[in-house]
Amino acid sequence: MKPVAFAYYRPQSLAEAVRMLREHPGSKPIAGGQSLIPLLNFRMARPEALVDLNRIPGLDEVEVRGQRLRIGGLVRHQQLHEHPLVRQHWPVLAQAAGEVGHWAIRNRGTLGGSLAHADPAAELPAVMVAADAVFELVSADGVRQVPAREFFYGYLMTALQPDEVLAAVELPLASGTSWGFAEVARRPGDFALAGAICECRPDGTGAVTWFAVGGGPERHELVVAADANERAAQWQDLAATLDAQDDYRRHLAAVVAETAYLRSLGRDGQ
Amino acid sequence: MSQAEARQTQRVVLQVNGQRHELDVEPRWLLADVLRHQLGLTATHVGCEQGVCGACTVLVDGKPERSCLMLAVQAEGCEVTTVEGLTPAAGLSPLQAAFQQHHALQCGFCTPGILVTMEALLRENPHPDEATVREALSGNVCRCTGYQFIVDAVLAAAKEGR
Ligand SMILES: Cc1cc2nc3c(=O)[nH]c(=O)nc-3n(C[C@H](O)[C@H](O)[C@H](O)COP(=O)(O)OP(=O)(O)OC[C@H]3O[C@@H](n4cnc5c(N)ncnc54)[C@H](O)[C@@H]3O)c2cc1C
Ligand code: FES
Ligand code: FES
Repeated sequence: MKPVAFAYYRPQSLAEAVRMLREHPGSKPIAGGQSLIPLLNFRMARPEALVDLNRIPGLDEVEVRGQRLRIGGLVRHQQLHEHPLVRQHWPVLAQAAGEVGHWAIRNRGTLGGSLAHADPAAELPAVMVAADAVFELVSADGVRQVPAREFFYGYLMTALQPDEVLAAVELPLASGTSWGFAEVARRPGDFALAGAICECRPDGTGAVTWFAVGGGPERHELVVAADANERAAQWQDLAATLDAQDDYRRHLAAVVAETAYLRSLGRDGQ
Repeated sequence: MSQAEARQTQRVVLQVNGQRHELDVEPRWLLADVLRHQLGLTATHVGCEQGVCGACTVLVDGKPERSCLMLAVQAEGCEVTTVEGLTPAAGLSPLQAAFQQHHALQCGFCTPGILVTMEALLRENPHPDEATVREALSGNVCRCTGYQFIVDAVLAAAKEGR
């Protein structure tokens, strides 16, 4: 028994959950608990109450709505990794979800939790920024849409208010852009030391979105050079602008960018 | 909410290894601790309490999950399986027997978490290749064996159809 004492509420609907978050100051949502419970166990988080999102129906759905792929906040990482619609429309997201922690972590951890927690080394926030996703944030006042590119402020800081629930994300259905993902971690399942998502459009323009090499996802647009040496210089120049911990991370940033780029072309990259 | 109020216990019904238990728990009690201290199921071990070591892994509705990262109150309505629940009344399960034959354990601290994880893997994928076994095993730390004999045991159990 390690966490401080807290009250526990298990709402049966989203409306009930956001009302509870509003009514109980010092309360926090809990989803998969894969980031929050370690913080509770070490008493780094001391909430007065937890509002458990796990039994809210409808928050774990994946569907295509018009021209967007809609994914509920309670979708587990392993579901995201395996879901046929995610594999079909956003294979790079399915791949990234498979890199989150280990099997037992992925069975419980959720997309909404990963985005709300905003660990700088997390894969899913970076994919959301790369994909230009829009987040649906629900509170007792109603719903607001926030683009992923405006949501992440920096290390563990986001636009999310304490009484809001991240109910769903929407991604545009991909259109002729090819994507590649790469990360370097010390051991499989560890948080990445550096990771990148590379997007290449048919007209030669593209972008790289890095994670684990700054306070949050870092996206840079560029025209990727076809020549490998020129490209290496491009990655190095961009990596030099990162607020990374040290030169080793900047070096890794260039390495993962190149691997992600090669993978976006369907080449193996190492 | 005062500390005294928050510390009040709640009545929960837990379904563990096919048995129904009615218990009074504080919301802050971890599933791992309730399994061990309230139910006496001490095969589930607690190593790191931060999800890293895998010693506390149990099956929740058939899927491996960390019992140190789940509150006991959250397990209500789920079927929880510990390694005790995978062990026959007499003798060993085929996977356990393979662990014995292949020397897949030394101190045994990691073994319950590994057994439940590998049991879930073999149910999902009865004939995994070595890479799949290693990937599924990557969330369980073993400080003794060097993993090779564990992989051997799992592959042998799969080959013999468990
Ligand atoms: C051993 C281990 C390895 C890991 N490795 C990785 C890794 O490699 N990459 C990675 O990205 N992550 C990793 N994680 C973290 C994992 O991805 C978590 O699942 C994730 O960070 C949080 O999701 P959760 O559902 O568990 O959220 P919780 O732990 O329940 O909550 C985290 C925070 O988000 C808030 N919250 C949760 N859901 C919502 C919501 N819908 N709306 C509003 N707020 C919400 C909570 O209040 C809390 O502040 C690892 C965790 C462990 C234990
Ligand atoms: S005690 Fe739960 S993973 Fe280590
Ligand atoms: S047998 Fe000792 S930790 Fe695995």
